Amino acid sequence: MTKVVVVTAGLSNPSSTRILADQLAAATAAALAAGGVAVDVDVVELRDLAHAITDNLLTGFPSGDLAHAVAAVASADAVIAVTPVFSASYSGLFKSFFDVLGPGTLDGTPVLMAATAGTARHSLVLEHALRPLFSYLHASPTSTAVFAAAEDFGSRGLTDRVDRAAGELADAVLRRPRLHAADPFEDVTPFEDLLGA
Amino acid sequence: MQFGIFTVGDVTPDPTTGRTPSEYERIKATVAIAKKAEEVGLDVFATGEHHNPPFIASAPTTTLAYIGAQTERIILSTSTTLITTTDPVLIAEDYAKLQHLVDGRVDLMMGRGNTGPVYPWFGKDIRDGIPLAIENYALLRRLWREDVVSWEGKFRTPLQGSPSAPRPLDGVPPFVWHGSIRSPEIAEQAAYYGDGFFANHIFWPASHTARMVELYRRRFEHYGHGTADQAIVGLGGQAFMRKNSQDAVREFRPYFDNAPVYGHGPSLEDFTSQTPLTVGSPQQVIERTLGFREYAGDYQRQLFLMDHAGLPLKTVLEQLDLLGEEVVPVLRKEFAALKPAHVPDAPTHASLVAARDAAELELAVAEEVTV
Repeated sequence: MTKVVVVTAGLSNPSSTRILADQLAAATAAALAAGGVAVDVDVVELRDLAHAITDNLLTGFPSGDLAHAVAAVASADAVIAVTPVFSASYSGLFKSFFDVLGPGTLDGTPVLMAATAGTARHSLVLEHALRPLFSYLHASPTSTAVFAAAEDFGSRGLTDRVDRAAGELADAVLRRPRLHAADPFEDVTPFEDLLGA
Repeated sequence: MQFGIFTVGDVTPDPTTGRTPSEYERIKATVAIAKKAEEVGLDVFATGEHHNPPFIASAPTTTLAYIGAQTERIILSTSTTLITTTDPVLIAEDYAKLQHLVDGRVDLMMGRGNTGPVYPWFGKDIRDGIPLAIENYALLRRLWREDVVSWEGKFRTPLQGSPSAPRPLDGVPPFVWHGSIRSPEIAEQAAYYGDGFFANHIFWPASHTARMVELYRRRFEHYGHGTADQAIVGLGGQAFMRKNSQDAVREFRPYFDNAPVYGHGPSLEDFTSQTPLTVGSPQQVIERTLGFREYAGDYQRQLFLMDHAGLPLKTVLEQLDLLGEEVVPVLRKEFAALKPAHVPDAPTHASLVAARDAAELELAVAEEVTV
């Protein structure tokens, strides 16, 4: 079972960020199914985890549902990450979630990046804010990222971009299944190696 | 099983009054707390080591020797000794000297220190934290066990036939614990040498501590020091008590809400459910502490953090009365009844001397038989 985790940072309900996230998830699931792969989609609504994320920043560990969300992202075969644009960048909540992930959590994970905003003037946020973030995290972002301004919802152009990006994400998963990081508690570095380093 | 307290020596304003103790007051309070710990029957007092404000915990052997001169029985320890930024030659000498002064009532807990800007003051780099801990400790062990050491490493000038004085008391180095919140490498180091492993425990969920302890126990057995359940484990704990648990919660809440480590974050209720912090009656602390054994196994040392977050000295001393009179006697009895006979106690100077003598005798007998 291929696991797709959707991380969505919209704050209102209903949220255009969540609507876009659902479209991307459905298109990705369809593309993977067409490739003969069974898909399990898990949605992480960051709004519900806002307190826990702040607590994690202060205490250093994820609690309760946030721990489950972090574990879901760590074990995902692909991640769809969608944020509203706030003050010309990703929202603080969106960034904070990726800040509390442990090092290596997203190593090699195919990621589809997407953002929503009131106007198209913010569309390059995907390239100047999100892409560097996921490159830094050693994730593997698809070349197409999806931006939706208010006027894009319901337009044919948005559907085409959603399908193209979902296709790229599905291709990345099908081409090279993700290798998950070694567990440092199970695969211990023997002390002689540490001494000799 | 040993019970005691550990301090980090923070100088924190009392959030209920806004008053910050002077360094003088906090240093003297630390001594009063240590003496009280002995008076109420605790076994261990451990002080942290910090070289930056808002802490007064530099010069740990000065502090411990001063306390040692005014106490009779309590074991003096550290929480932690900065094995990364302190010259191992100085650690070897300082703690061997302390052993002599206090008749062997000394052990140490090695730690790395998590304040990046402090490392360069000592010519080090926090990014080398693990390699420093490994190399420096390997040298420290040799300095305590060999009269003259020639050595070359990455982080310190080489030694050519260097002595370190005084030699450890009775030729037996202090017992060493390795403390870590989250580095598997340190659990591995403790296991490799057959030293103790101390899980700080207090700021993180039990599930995490359980993994660290399990790794240490598994590797302790791997390296042939005994079975996994014979490994030497210590745990931190954190409690605030009043006879009536509602009173404890009411009184501790402002200290919790403003505490330097976790303040302004999770609620007191959330944090007590997620970590070992217990705020309530002595009976609740007893029950919670007994529960640690369920995921850490039979362990040897339990240290409580009692004097942080701006709690006034008077309150801390009252807490120690409750700990020593109502909590620890029950825990001693209950833990002793649960512990299987083959699980050892924490090593002390006396037990290490006895073990060394027994090993030498065995060797002598074996040689005689061969002759």
